[in-house]
Amino acid sequence: MNVDLIRLTNVKKTYNTGVTAIRDLNLRITKGDFVFIIGATGCGKSTLIKMLYREEKPTAGQILVGGIDVGKLRNGKVYKIRRKIGVVFQDFKLLEKSTVFENVAFALEIFGIPKDEIHAKVVKALDLVGLKDKITSYPDQLSGGQQQRVAIARAIVNGPKLLICDEPTGNLDKETSKEIMAVLNEINKLGTTIIMVTHDIDIVKEMDKRVIELDSGRVLNDFERGTYR
Amino acid sequence: MKTFRIIGRNIRDAFKGVFRNFSLSFASISCITITLIVVAVSMVLSENVNNFTLLVEKDVTIVAFIDNDLEEKKIDEIKKEISKMSNVEKYEYKSKQKITKEMMESSEVFDSIMKNWDSSENPIQNTFQVKVKDINKINDTADKIKKLDGITLVKYGEGMIEGLISTFSFIHKICIGAVVALILVTAFLISNTIKITISSRQREIGIMRLIGASNLNIRIPFIIEGLILGILGSIIPIVLTIYGYQKLYDHFGGHLFSDFIKLIKPVPFVYATSVVLLSIGILVGMFGSWRAVKKHLKI
Ligand SMILES: Nc1ncnc2c1ncn2[C@@H]1O[C@H](COP(=O)(O)OP(=O)(O)O)[C@@H](O)[C@H]1O
Ligand SMILES: [Mg+2]
Repeated sequence: MNVDLIRLTNVKKTYNTGVTAIRDLNLRITKGDFVFIIGATGCGKSTLIKMLYREEKPTAGQILVGGIDVGKLRNGKVYKIRRKIGVVFQDFKLLEKSTVFENVAFALEIFGIPKDEIHAKVVKALDLVGLKDKITSYPDQLSGGQQQRVAIARAIVNGPKLLICDEPTGNLDKETSKEIMAVLNEINKLGTTIIMVTHDIDIVKEMDKRVIELDSGRVLNDFERGTYR
Repeated sequence: MKTFRIIGRNIRDAFKGVFRNFSLSFASISCITITLIVVAVSMVLSENVNNFTLLVEKDVTIVAFIDNDLEEKKIDEIKKEISKMSNVEKYEYKSKQKITKEMMESSEVFDSIMKNWDSSENPIQNTFQVKVKDINKINDTADKIKKLDGITLVKYGEGMIEGLISTFSFIHKICIGAVVALILVTAFLISNTIKITISSRQREIGIMRLIGASNLNIRIPFIIEGLILGILGSIIPIVLTIYGYQKLYDHFGGHLFSDFIKLIKPVPFVYATSVVLLSIGILVGMFGSWRAVKKHLKI
């Protein structure tokens, strides 16, 4: 029953500056899970998830995501894994000159999906994050929390198996962070595996999910659900 | 249907790209326009020179005068020798009777003079009229014919015509060189424009990559953008060519300086030239952006 969506075996990452960000990492993440990654700044959290969506390549070891050997993916084929993974960042990464609708539709238009189908999917995704009434707004007309929800809608509109979030609440206040977490929890319940990097220990405690703590590129602790206090 | 939608989106994006960075696009378009105007002028010039050269070449004939006392058999031998020469395009034997007849038909004065002459007194000689393949080697060929037994005299448009033709072919070569150089410069400039467009859109491209755009997805709009720049840049040169050349042709009445130098008729020449200009514009635009995209869009 417990199928691994992600499996890292003896993964190591040394940047060409000589900095080693990940040392001998072994990790398994089950399909449908919600996993937090915590640890001090510079311990390699971002590097770890960047390797999952093949922004970075491991120096050694194997990374399987949904059965694909991500580390072996050639540059020209990276899009194949990107289409299966949604990514959300602290800084939202929205197109400023495009409306909320266009920002979300952007991810579908590339694939040549019919207009009405795009419309239906975009509206559904925006409905899920609670922004159905902001379709024609521009990013600078929205609050930070709303912008992040647009980014989440864009990340999931394609129906990815995995949603990766790198400090999605890093720029948001407590109240707004809670809203974002509610949205992510909803998405997770619908079957999407979520990996979230965060500094916010309150969130981690409240959500009560699996927590992986990194230290200097190694797994320091791996708390099963409900064991992190 | 899917491909159709993707193409539609790409064209839309490319147009957006052209207008979003309009000052840059405008610089590229102007650059293509200027280049293509020079190309058009060069083409009109060189094509006319070429045409003129061909016309002249067609007209240049070596006339070999044959000794009037020569027997039929000897004439046949000369014919064989001439046919063996590599630079001979075609040759024709013209008997003095035929030449006389032609001359009498073309001139009344001549006609009245010749009528009073007995055919045995006819001073006109039998000739071979030879056309050569390569006009630059006409000297050699004429010399060879001259050396044949029974040929008394060889005449052709010595000096003046060859000089004219070699001057023109020199101009022609310079035009081609200038055009090639300009096209390269333009491709380079477009490449730079697209490069700036790309760098001003790095963020957008980064986001596209993040959400799973393939390299092709990302590149095609830029390539189409180059194509659009090429098309927009060729509008003015094409209009100038079509109307300008017609005006020029009408102004000079179809020939330059004298009847001798005939201009190419505007239709279909201007349309053919326009097609060439548009093709160059499109190719240069696409090549320029392809180069920029290849260099600056590596993952
Ligand atoms: N692109 C990079 N080039 C070189 N070194 C990097 C790069 N990205 C991160 N690092 C280094 O790798 C280490 C881990 O960084 P990162 O994964 O961003 O940590 P975290 O996200 O946990 O704060 C740090 O020492 C950082 O300086
Ligand atoms: Mg980080």
